[in-house]
Amino acid sequence: MRVMSRNAREKLYFNLFRACGGLVVLTLIVIIAYMVIGSLPVLSLDFLTEPPRRANTAGGVLTPLVGTIYLMAIVSVFAIPIGVLSAVYLSEYQGKGWASHFWRIVVSNLAGVPSIVYGLLGLALFVTFAGLGRSLIASGLTLGVLALPIVISASREAIKAIPPSVREASIALGATKWQTIQHHVLPYAMPGILTGVILALSRAAGETAPILLTGAAFYMSSMPDSIFSQFMALPYHVYAVATQTMAGMNGSPVVYGAAIVLLILVIGMNLIAIVVRKKYREKYRW
Amino acid sequence: MSSIEVKHLNVWFDDKQALRDVNMTIPNKGITAIIGPSGCGKSTFIRSINRMNDIIPSCRVEGQILVEGKDLYGPDVDVTEVRKRIGMVFQRPNPFPKSIYENIAYAPRIHGTKDKRKLSAIVEHSLRRAALWDEVKDRLDKSAYDLSGGQQQRLCIARALAIDPEIILFDEPCSALDPIATAKIEDLLSDLKDEYTVVIVTHNMQQAARVADQTAYFYLGELIEFGDTTQLFERPENELTERYITGRMG
Amino acid sequence: MKYINRTGALSRVAGRTGLKGFDGAPHLILFIITLISATVLVTVAAFLILGSLQAFRVIGIVEMLGGTVWNPTSFNNPAFGMLPLMAGTFLVSFLAAVIAIPIGLGCTIYLAEIAHPKVRAVLKPAIELLAGIPSVVYGLFALLILQGWVAQVFGLQTGYVALNGGIILAVMMIPIMVSLAEDAIAAVPRELREASYALGATRWETMRSVILPASMSGIVAAIILSIMRAVGETMAVLMAFNQTPLLTLDPFSGVQTMTATIAIEMGEAAVGGLHYSSLFAVGVVLFIITLVMNTVANRIMLRYSEAYR
Repeated sequence: MRVMSRNAREKLYFNLFRACGGLVVLTLIVIIAYMVIGSLPVLSLDFLTEPPRRANTAGGVLTPLVGTIYLMAIVSVFAIPIGVLSAVYLSEYQGKGWASHFWRIVVSNLAGVPSIVYGLLGLALFVTFAGLGRSLIASGLTLGVLALPIVISASREAIKAIPPSVREASIALGATKWQTIQHHVLPYAMPGILTGVILALSRAAGETAPILLTGAAFYMSSMPDSIFSQFMALPYHVYAVATQTMAGMNGSPVVYGAAIVLLILVIGMNLIAIVVRKKYREKYRW
Repeated sequence: MSSIEVKHLNVWFDDKQALRDVNMTIPNKGITAIIGPSGCGKSTFIRSINRMNDIIPSCRVEGQILVEGKDLYGPDVDVTEVRKRIGMVFQRPNPFPKSIYENIAYAPRIHGTKDKRKLSAIVEHSLRRAALWDEVKDRLDKSAYDLSGGQQQRLCIARALAIDPEIILFDEPCSALDPIATAKIEDLLSDLKDEYTVVIVTHNMQQAARVADQTAYFYLGELIEFGDTTQLFERPENELTERYITGRMG
Repeated sequence: MKYINRTGALSRVAGRTGLKGFDGAPHLILFIITLISATVLVTVAAFLILGSLQAFRVIGIVEMLGGTVWNPTSFNNPAFGMLPLMAGTFLVSFLAAVIAIPIGLGCTIYLAEIAHPKVRAVLKPAIELLAGIPSVVYGLFALLILQGWVAQVFGLQTGYVALNGGIILAVMMIPIMVSLAEDAIAAVPRELREASYALGATRWETMRSVILPASMSGIVAAIILSIMRAVGETMAVLMAFNQTPLLTLDPFSGVQTMTATIAIEMGEAAVGGLHYSSLFAVGVVLFIITLVMNTVANRIMLRYSEAYR
């Protein structure tokens, strides 16, 4: 009798937990479904190759899409090399003393700082102090600072996963420390680093708050002609159209379409990261 | 003449002294075994010979190790040159996660051999020398991780041989292997001893007795006794050695 | 006899290893790069504090943190009291946490203990993807869809209320919570589990009395970190309800969070003015709140990683 009730209770709880899991999945499906259905009328290749028209209430997303790609390029140029090489220094040259501890704290805390705070930094440092104005470069550098801790911690994790015995093998063959890093540590850590880099880039691509303060424009009739000009960007475009045009507030397909393009871009990058990570786990079974 | 002359060798890790005033001369060619209970400093000792301890920041070395009369710890010594001339094989097989070919070709390449044909010749020669050629010759481009543990360890030996060292250090090379793989490595050691000066650390006394020409016994960071293997096992001079080999300690 | 210190001064490494083994250059270059990124990261805090100095000096810390009115653009009587903003942030984060914690934990347990491995292999990445969706997309959903549902269910005239923000923030928190908490549960050694089964405990009893207590600190850290996400979120909040700096805890009212304040008011604040500086002050408070939450979470997490090693 007792056993029965124990089992019945267990069943009840398990079904509750299952329901929670189902609810989370359902949420994901509902959100994506609404975006897809809402955007169906405009969803075509033309949507990607046409600039927005009639004050953002018609046309495509070419200008914002290109702006977002420019931003990602700037982040790649600045944050990735500095982040990865800093991680190499911190893991391979830096001892285990207070400095290493300090770094862990700095990186872990900055990864949790709200993105709007990075926007403030970008405004004060790049837009005002460095005199870059509200521009692509100011926004790109702001997103770069936001991505830096993500790149550093992912790269450190990837480097840490390489067993010391591999480094010893290389050193014992007469390789210098730098050769060991160049020929072994970096190549073997590369898939892990790549995963982190892609995730950092997708995060930068999807951020709105920092670029809101540092240079994203509501509407531009042409592509940015230099890194010092203002620009349109996908996430800001979604926000601007949705909140500042009647069409957007009424759920125009244009705004859903922009959201879907952004979703595909970001989720696509996340998917690539997941695939890279999976392949790499199979390749290096230390 | 690649004898190894060790003079007043002291090694510390932070404040802890791992080796105390070790003096010995390991003769040219042949196999010298280092035995002793765990924590006796035998690994630290062998890692001092190719300056592997350099990569441990807390490690401090005093004294001299002379090869061909030249101090490895001298002021104008190129550490990478030391490690090129003194190869090392580790406790656990540690191949690079690359192809079998690349594992062997790596060291010659970083030391200046660029010619493809020369590299291929080196790869074949080294694999033959390590008695692995017949088993892997058809799959040189396959990952070294696909090999068995014993094969991986022989690959690591071949990798060390590829830059033609004069001395090869083995740090408990069989501790992760099964008896059959161990026997193969031991055969290999006997093959190598005519050409190379071989130093092997082992926790397995039978192994030392089987393969070594000379044996040194370390205890608590000190060299207790060093001599001919047969003599050391049959008529040890020191009481500590006798107690260890008759199994009353360690 | 020679004394060789190998604790690694640059010049000595270079001198000792000779030209071929020279490792000083990469070391030096990497060191400089690391210094650059350190400078950049430390700059975040420095510029934030620098920007806020004026406001704290002119208005005063007590008035800023304790003031009950936020009306910086008033011509006659500008007020810079942050309490309404903190209350707004607290209210939506609290609502989000109340919704997210039970569902998130249920989902975690399902994922970690109940789900079939095949289901798990799909579900875990799917939840990570959910965490990767840009906040502006969640915001759009709250603005266009969820708002209508909230208005209907609670019989409100408009769904642009704090609760709408709370719900969408809960949706955003759950993936982070689940993925961190699941890691904590996965870290519980199998032996503990088996010991419990061997004593005749059912799966649920094992979970409740062995696994959950053992992973509790990791779960708590996961909850804190996910709440941190809600506190720091800007766009979803901005789009989910009308931003009105009221000092209220009514979920059916509009409020204004700290993040949204910065986002909407920065555009109209004159660079270098008092309003501008006061928004930096809001940023500093936000920065400190997340710093504290992060530190607490890390402390708790450290404790659990040390417990099973």
